[in-house]
Amino acid sequence: MIANLKAMAAHVAAGAGEASDHAEEAAGLPQLDVSTYTSQLFWLAITFGLLYLLLAKVFLPRLSALLEERRDRVADDLDAAAGLRSEAEDAEHALTAAMADARARAHAIVAKQREKLTAEIDAETAEAEAALDARMAEADEKIEQRKSEALARVREAASDTAGAVVQKLIGVSPSEADVARAIDSASGKA
Amino acid sequence: MAGDVMSLTRLLELPGDLGALRGLDLAKLLDVARSVETDPMHQFVIQRWAPIHVGGLDLSFTNASFFMLLAAGVILLFLTLALSKRALVPGRMQSVAELTYGFVSGMVRDNLGEEGMKFFPFVFTLFIFIFVANLLGLIPGFYTTTSQLVVTLAMSMVVITIVLVVGFAKHGLKFLKLFAPSGLPILMYPLLVPIEIISFLSRPFSLAIRLFANMLAGHILLKLFGGFVISLAGLGVAGIAAAILPLVTNTAVTALEFLVAFLQAYVFAILTCIYLNDALHPGH
Repeated sequence: MIANLKAMAAHVAAGAGEASDHAEEAAGLPQLDVSTYTSQLFWLAITFGLLYLLLAKVFLPRLSALLEERRDRVADDLDAAAGLRSEAEDAEHALTAAMADARARAHAIVAKQREKLTAEIDAETAEAEAALDARMAEADEKIEQRKSEALARVREAASDTAGAVVQKLIGVSPSEADVARAIDSASGKA
Repeated sequence: MAGDVMSLTRLLELPGDLGALRGLDLAKLLDVARSVETDPMHQFVIQRWAPIHVGGLDLSFTNASFFMLLAAGVILLFLTLALSKRALVPGRMQSVAELTYGFVSGMVRDNLGEEGMKFFPFVFTLFIFIFVANLLGLIPGFYTTTSQLVVTLAMSMVVITIVLVVGFAKHGLKFLKLFAPSGLPILMYPLLVPIEIISFLSRPFSLAIRLFANMLAGHILLKLFGGFVISLAGLGVAGIAAAILPLVTNTAVTALEFLVAFLQAYVFAILTCIYLNDALHPGH
């Protein structure tokens, strides 16, 4: 340092104007000043050694533990998420199955009920039809009866009328058998 | 700047052995002061802040020692703060610490494999120490410890010593295969082995000089352009206008130096990994 200043002073004294370059020349590289080496090496060894020990024994293990912890935590969380997801999927499957089951049962119940109702309706219809048939048959029978009765009366009236007409015309009262034969032949021709 | 003023004060209080200076007038002294102010080499001068001498060895506490300790202190303080919460979801500082850890551990794992992870703390210390020392050096007035060849050389020598010790401890004499790659014609060996040995021996120097030279060149450049700004600004209005150019350049160079600060720390660390890989797998 002192040597440097001496050199610079010499330059200035010699009237070497802009000193910068010349001072550099005179001083040389401060890095090549061997007298500073022991001090630099000593303090570098202390600094670097201490730094290495503290980093290697304290800070880097802490950092690595921190990162490890996070990695584990994330992995755990992912596992948990996967577990929950599969649980949810299971639940969904169960729900779908239950829904399908319920739907099938509902269908069955509806079908059964429909069958039952259809049967009941059929039975009632059949009953009603039977009743109607019976009444119709009864009515037919009555009509038939009335008809034959009416026809019988018509025949009776015809024979009476025929007997009366014959008597009036020829004064002879025809026998009932003759009248009946005549009516039969007339109604048969008609 | 404070340092320069101090130098000037010291200059004025110089003892008798620099009597030559006593006779100078103030104008010339100011010239000297300006030369210190703009001398791009002055920033690298080691200043003994507290002289310590043990058994004839000069172990003085210097500006360089202080900034080494400061770098270590900054790293430890940062990591302490970053890890104070140990949050599951990291904050900004914790993220930076974790990213740095991941960055260096990835570098070591990629180059050395899982068995090389025992070197991880060493590579991490190298990387973070060089990186922070480089960054601190970019603060105006701060000393750049990595601009000292002896410092970078000491670190690269530690690297190469580890390579040698681990190489021989792990592989014995087979470690020498490193210098004789297999699968070559016998005739090639007399030519190749010396080349391999020279290349191996030049490793610590290339490693050390790369870092040292980058820091040296960058800081000289910064100081030179800074000097231009001051010199030009002293020339009046036109000078101040002209000073804008070196000022802009210095800003750009500062930005570049941030990149270099990281890049050189990275290069040092990755080359350390590559050299350590030779110790673990000397076969190829």
